[in-house]
Amino acid sequence: MNAGANTGETVLQAEQLTKVYGSGHTEVVAVRDAALSVARGEIVALIGPSGAGKSTLLTLIGLILPPNAGRIVIGGKTVFDNHRTRVNVRRFRRLHLGFVFQKANLIPFLTAAENVRLVMEINDHSSRTARHRAMELLEYLGVGERAEHLPSKLSGGEQQRVAVARALANRPALILADEPTAALDSVHGRQVMELFRKVAHEQDAGVIVVTHDHRALDVFDRTLEMEDGKVREAAPAL
Amino acid sequence: MNLASRDIRHNFGRFVLTTIGVGLLLMLVMGMGGIYRGLVQEATLLVDRIDTDLWVVQKDTRGPFAEVSRIPANMEDRVSAVPGVLSSRAFVSTTVQRQRNGQPLRITVQGLSWPEDRGQWLPLVAGRALGQGHYEMIADESLKLSLGETVALAKDTYTVVGITRGLSSPSGDSMAFFALRDAQAIQFDQSGEAVRLERSARYSRAERIDLGRTQPQVIERSLGPSSAIPALGPPVISAVLVKVQPGVDPNQVQSVIAGWPDVSVYSSDGERDLLVGGIVDRSRRQLALFRMLLIIVSGIIMALILYTLTLDKLHDIAMLKLMGARNGVILGLIMQQAILLGGLGYVVAYCVGQRLFPLFPRRVVIIPEDLWLLAGIVVGISVLASLLGIAKALRVEPSEVLS
Repeated sequence: MNAGANTGETVLQAEQLTKVYGSGHTEVVAVRDAALSVARGEIVALIGPSGAGKSTLLTLIGLILPPNAGRIVIGGKTVFDNHRTRVNVRRFRRLHLGFVFQKANLIPFLTAAENVRLVMEINDHSSRTARHRAMELLEYLGVGERAEHLPSKLSGGEQQRVAVARALANRPALILADEPTAALDSVHGRQVMELFRKVAHEQDAGVIVVTHDHRALDVFDRTLEMEDGKVREAAPAL
Repeated sequence: MNLASRDIRHNFGRFVLTTIGVGLLLMLVMGMGGIYRGLVQEATLLVDRIDTDLWVVQKDTRGPFAEVSRIPANMEDRVSAVPGVLSSRAFVSTTVQRQRNGQPLRITVQGLSWPEDRGQWLPLVAGRALGQGHYEMIADESLKLSLGETVALAKDTYTVVGITRGLSSPSGDSMAFFALRDAQAIQFDQSGEAVRLERSARYSRAERIDLGRTQPQVIERSLGPSSAIPALGPPVISAVLVKVQPGVDPNQVQSVIAGWPDVSVYSSDGERDLLVGGIVDRSRRQLALFRMLLIIVSGIIMALILYTLTLDKLHDIAMLKLMGARNGVILGLIMQQAILLGGLGYVVAYCVGQRLFPLFPRRVVIIPEDLWLLAGIVVGISVLASLLGIAKALRVEPSEVLS
């Protein structure tokens, strides 16, 4: 899906997405008729107060939870429509999506390089290719010299860089990052945000980053704001 | 990339301790099987080695091992007169317990029909067979007697001239072999006072009957040793062992002797069946049940261990699913660890057992067939034990990464 793609081409198109938790008196509408689109090579910030539905929207786009209604098209392929998932979600995630979370969520018993290799090997890449690509990505993200260290031996910033490398390993069309800098100080947080910008522009991937950090919004091409489950284009920062 | 081995490497200490625990549990399972085999082997060892075709014992008894058998000593001569019999020899078996160096010493005394049977068929590891008709003994090494050592039994002292290995009775007591007369002396030993009282009682009985009054010699002899009274036979024996002539069907000889109203006769296999089916059977069934329980307990413990190991990895498993890993990757992680745990536990069981089982007071016999069977069982319980963890892992949602 990534090969031969053009920068500016829409990689994500989500329409009228709705997610409701619970029912009756306990019903909570987390996402209400949300619509957004992201182009290749574009990095988009998703901001909003706690409980606005940002993370839920990301899980819907990432096919982690099914929406109650709406339509999702990723890379030109309709993945959810008319209350039904149209693809094998695990396979689709494996091939086309990359995830980064607040916590790096690295597998603790694998080294940094093995964490990156793993996603390629479960995607049927040869061990040799995976090894080469893992080192390439870790070097690219500035943690090449830490490749053989276990996550417990890495700093928070280094772990997050490895998590980004892992998200990039299969050359996904779309990278979803949920507050990836929340556990980092402002300097490292900004570095990671700039890293996402670099990735979006150089790897030609669409990137959506949920963030609370308004100081780093200048890094993004576009900012979307969520409130009460609805998405709208944010006013440009003064 | 093998996730199971990476996880084990990361938690190596815990895995080693868990493996040792499982291994010791499996060693108990292995040991139970070995004890059962040992029980059968101990029970049948003498019957298998003694080189006889038929056992003649007291009528309607399952002697001489399964129960007490007493037959007159002249039965040996009667049996030898049966057509087709090559040789017959008397056999005495009894168990005695004495104190030695402050410790109880239990010996199963076996009487050999000297001079025909000197114990040359015994598995000697040191010394020689009996060289004289009295005051010599061949002891099993488990009695911890050394060559040349003397042991006081009954009113005599016996010198150890030979040492055997692995000979014990069905009840697990170590065997020692004596000339028949010595074995009888040990079996029927009485204190001096008991002998005096018996002679006195005999004298009183003789006085009360007409024969005593009319035959003074009868009264006189009643005060002497039993062996000097022709009316009293020699001490009884436990059995007569019969060897048939080459070319003669043992069943044919057996059917002749079986027709006698005062004895029962068993073939060598029949005697073996009596031992295995009688003495050993209940112990065997008890051990088999206990072994089965141990296997079930091992399975449950392994399942709990693997379940706990899986619980520790639920977040990682959710992450694997989020990254799109197939179920096979997750199944492989748990199943490989289960089989590795079982396999290494089995190796621990074998290695520790090889060093520990010889120290057990009773024989533990591990045969290759049992080892293969247990290996199969271990693989089976490893797979079954991992199912609980696998079921849990398959229920994990990728969204749990976010929690």
